[in-house]
Amino acid sequence: MGKQMSLLSLRDLKVDFETRKGTVNAVRGVSLEVGKGEIVGIVGESGSGKSVTSYALMRLLDKGGTISGGDLAYGGIDLKSAKESTMRDLRGREISMIFQNPRAALNPIRKVGHQIEDVLRRHAKATRANARAEAIKALKAVRINDAENRYEAYPFELSGGMCQRIVIAIALACDPKLLIADEPTTGLDITTQKAVMDLIADLIVERGMSAMVITHDLGLAAQYCSRIVVMKDGEVVEAGSARKLFSSPEHPYTQKLVDATPRAGVSVRELLLPELRTPMPLTQIVETPLLEVRDLYKTYKGKSGPVHAVNGLSFAIKKGQSVGLVGESGCGKSTTSSMLVRLLDSTKGEILFKGEDLAAIPAKQFARDPRRASIQMVFQDATDSFNPRHTARQIIGEPLARLSPLNRSARKARIDELADLVGLPVALLDRFPHQLSGGQKARVGIARAIALEPEFLVLDEPTAALDVSIQAIVLNLLVDLRAKLGISYLFVSHDLNVVRLLCDEVIVMKAGEIVESGPAEQIMSSPDHPYTRTLLEAAPHPPVLSSQAAKAAE
Amino acid sequence: MSGRLATVGYRIAHAIPVILGVVVVSFLLTRALPGDPAVYFAGPAADEASIAQIRTALGLDKSLPEQFFVYAGDVLSGDLGQSISTGQPVLSDLANRLPASLELTLTALLLSCAIAIPLGVLAATRPGTTVDHLCRVLVTAGVSLPTFFTGVVLIYVFYYLLGIAPSPLGRLDFIYIEPDHVTGFYLIDAAIAGDWETWIGAVKQLILPAITLALFTLAPLARMTRAAMLSALSSDYIRTARAAGLTENKVLFTYAFRNALLPVITTLGMVFSFTLGANVLVEKVFAWPGIGSYAVEALVVSDYAAVQGFVLAMALLFVALNLIIDIAYTLIDPRIGFETR
Amino acid sequence: MSDATSNSLHVKSNDSALAHVAYVLKSNPITMLAFSMFAVLIVAAVFGPSLVPYDPLTSNAANALQPPSLAHWFGTDNLGRDVFSRVVVATRLDLAISVAAVALSFAIGSVLGSIAGYWGGWIDAVLNRLFDTIMAFPLFVLAMGIVAALGNTVENIVYATAVINIPFYARLVRAEVNIRRESGFALAAKLSGNSDIRVLALHIFPNALPPMMVQVSLNLGWAILNAAGLSFIGLGVRPPTAEWGIMVAEGANFIVSGEWWLAFFPGFALMFAVFTFNLMGDGLRDIVDPRQRT
Repeated sequence: MGKQMSLLSLRDLKVDFETRKGTVNAVRGVSLEVGKGEIVGIVGESGSGKSVTSYALMRLLDKGGTISGGDLAYGGIDLKSAKESTMRDLRGREISMIFQNPRAALNPIRKVGHQIEDVLRRHAKATRANARAEAIKALKAVRINDAENRYEAYPFELSGGMCQRIVIAIALACDPKLLIADEPTTGLDITTQKAVMDLIADLIVERGMSAMVITHDLGLAAQYCSRIVVMKDGEVVEAGSARKLFSSPEHPYTQKLVDATPRAGVSVRELLLPELRTPMPLTQIVETPLLEVRDLYKTYKGKSGPVHAVNGLSFAIKKGQSVGLVGESGCGKSTTSSMLVRLLDSTKGEILFKGEDLAAIPAKQFARDPRRASIQMVFQDATDSFNPRHTARQIIGEPLARLSPLNRSARKARIDELADLVGLPVALLDRFPHQLSGGQKARVGIARAIALEPEFLVLDEPTAALDVSIQAIVLNLLVDLRAKLGISYLFVSHDLNVVRLLCDEVIVMKAGEIVESGPAEQIMSSPDHPYTRTLLEAAPHPPVLSSQAAKAAE
Repeated sequence: MSGRLATVGYRIAHAIPVILGVVVVSFLLTRALPGDPAVYFAGPAADEASIAQIRTALGLDKSLPEQFFVYAGDVLSGDLGQSISTGQPVLSDLANRLPASLELTLTALLLSCAIAIPLGVLAATRPGTTVDHLCRVLVTAGVSLPTFFTGVVLIYVFYYLLGIAPSPLGRLDFIYIEPDHVTGFYLIDAAIAGDWETWIGAVKQLILPAITLALFTLAPLARMTRAAMLSALSSDYIRTARAAGLTENKVLFTYAFRNALLPVITTLGMVFSFTLGANVLVEKVFAWPGIGSYAVEALVVSDYAAVQGFVLAMALLFVALNLIIDIAYTLIDPRIGFETR
Repeated sequence: MSDATSNSLHVKSNDSALAHVAYVLKSNPITMLAFSMFAVLIVAAVFGPSLVPYDPLTSNAANALQPPSLAHWFGTDNLGRDVFSRVVVATRLDLAISVAAVALSFAIGSVLGSIAGYWGGWIDAVLNRLFDTIMAFPLFVLAMGIVAALGNTVENIVYATAVINIPFYARLVRAEVNIRRESGFALAAKLSGNSDIRVLALHIFPNALPPMMVQVSLNLGWAILNAAGLSFIGLGVRPPTAEWGIMVAEGANFIVSGEWWLAFFPGFALMFAVFTFNLMGDGLRDIVDPRQRT
């Protein structure tokens, strides 16, 4: 590794943050090298210090953050002690950075062309006379069609993917030698993600740059990076080639991350550590449909004519069955789930629940309907779904207090029982949401949803905000609960790899319509519709492990 | 660009129902008088006959909607009634005294913007330093100070104790001759006439009331500038700009300040409202011959036509100022036209 | 505050709320200072008339315009009345006016704002127009107009101050309700079988309280300034009633001849009160916002 002359070298880097609760050691002794032309992935879960490491080497730490130890060297320059003016010369010209949430990363009231010109002019790559031409050249370099017109655009007029291209154009305008990409695809749709990552990878090769890709997604790192550094709690736990990390991870944490990454050919139990893998429970599916959707429409009045959010949807869910609803943002999957749980009125169509049409009952009145208890939902953003003034106990108890005949002491017993069922320590019940971790919040959300023993549960991307290792645990919890309680699931997600783990059948949606549906394995292995194939291809493909193949053969 | 123009048009159109509302409220205020409005409008010295005459003149024998249309018609034709204390039409009284109020208010606003905005920016860029603390103290003290009290204290210190300021009586000491009326703004008129002695005299009179008023409006402006600047500086696009190596000046002014200016412009509306209100108090303290002290004098002698005329005039002035702010905002923020497109 | 969080199963919630108040007070000395200043105001308002050394209304021409001394801490006015007694006694009236006005605008503004924010539609549009119209006036000027029209009484000062403050509360509540209307926890509450009214009153509205409390505190300051301003120009309170605004107005006539204490002390009391409420604003936010609890 260290043979060739490295472009960037971190030795025992330490970063501290002064907070109200005292000093936090965000990075504790990280050493890594990035060689010329190399793409290094830094992978870790939230709080691992991976982003802080990159901000430290750009010397762009947030307030209260200081580099408290170690060495940072870039091509012979000591970044740790370099003057701020030297750093400013380096930033954008030698080392550039791109960010997550590209729309926020651009100045909202400045034309994107001018934002590119600012960088070009700053580093003397353009003069006033040729700035515009150079900026348009930079736009063309990131494969933006119609660059002359895009030059005049403001960020709010562009899509998220397009904004990320602009951010990349700004970063690469002055031909830096090192690119740092901090979660460059988080928040983008899966097909856009692939386009953006492919673009970054192409440009790096084209220009012979080095890059550091910071991501929580091991699969994505494995696909695009030659070498991966795994971080946890501010330290590097393991580094090596992608193939090596996947085939023979040395550190137990790497093992856990590798296992927890959803990918083709594994069952939901295999996401867990080997010692936690209990046998898959048996689920019973009754052939009669529990919920049947017939020709469902939702139309909104738009400024330029009606907008069909959901356009003639029909499908059925059997009792005990788990169905996945997959699509990119704006495909109508959330609108559909809102209508099914009766929070939103449909424009047209039937929602037959055990043969009775629920669409006939206005959403407003459904709170008093006896079937309210049977249809529940787990929300995408657990934090947002909790009243911040209520404790976990009050949150779980709310549906019981409103819709069950239980008295106060019976409710208390039931809440304890539910906490036990979802694996939430009873001691945490008196905490407020902001005092709980992401995984704990997910459990509270699930406990509330199953409190009334519903027959039908909509899961709206319940793991989207979670780290992969927590996601693995929550997914397994959902599998167990379904078997134990006989609930039918509608699992709404953008991620086919996750849906496949939990669902018997999958429905793929695009622009308010179903493009394909069928058994999960069939859709995964031989998709019919080109859109399904695009979705599948866009998902990151970590190397399939030889050990796994061996396991599968056993 | 056409979207922007459309938005400007929309803003102007939006002011029409507001003006209508202002006229309705103003009408209701004239009719809400307890007892017989005719008695009030006639004034305390009126006899039976003149009250009856005023009742017919006001149309109080007609139905309420009819009365409103008569009122609205009067307002449209500029008839705000007669002032019983001056014997002049209220409109001409107001027109004569408006320049004095505007000169004071605008000077105070310029002064407070000139101090508050740089102070807010400095405080935001150097959090935790002396400037920041100074800003915080000024902001909290500024909103807590009753304008009339500040005025009284300033008079005591600068006129009575130090003797620097002229006596707090009006726009110009009697030793100077009023400049020829061009704009009604003494500073401008004196400058046009080239009479610098009078100009300095006018400045001397103006400075204390303007500072009093400015101290009051300084606080909300500085507070907003500081908050807007802090939020702009912590946003993602500033990080992008820094990561691209842009100079600190470029980051601060082209990127942070321009974005921070937008919420500050929005607060200006509120600041105008405060200023126009506080203006009344300051004019009373400094015997400033503007429309505020006109209204206060009218209140004392129960000259209601003058008071209501003043309220209406202030409201229309404020609507106009707000319209200017809205249009300025529309022209600065590119996102505005997009929403209505 | 804890009763706002419905059917509290949490036995110790009262304890921990108190502990939280104590924690906030301890961790922020400025808040502590604000609350002690507030206590001074409350004591002056409640017990003032029985504590002061002189009758605030008894004049004594022989003893007029005396500067501050041991006998008369704040001096005497042109009628020989004790300024200290008058300043202390005035606290009750000034606080009562502002508290009544703010309570009125809080109540009306909350209801109107909640309705507009939750249901939207034509009610929202109509209310919005109404508030636009009120806000189209410079607020102090509108208050002047209202008091002039309704009659020169203390109650009318309260109504006028309430009217000009209603749009602030209504707009704030409307915005706070509106952003939470489609929030996860409002939807979750509906899934738990809560009707719209319950969701609004028990889940959404309590979460709008923290910014409301800050607004209330700042508004109390404004309301006092506003009422004092009105009486300064001769509206509402009439002499010889002891009231800060009127006392500054009367004292202002003597400032040019150097008798500063007539205007200074009531003015200072006014400033003290407004300052207290402004400082309390931030402290209140820390207390009512449970996210601050750790």
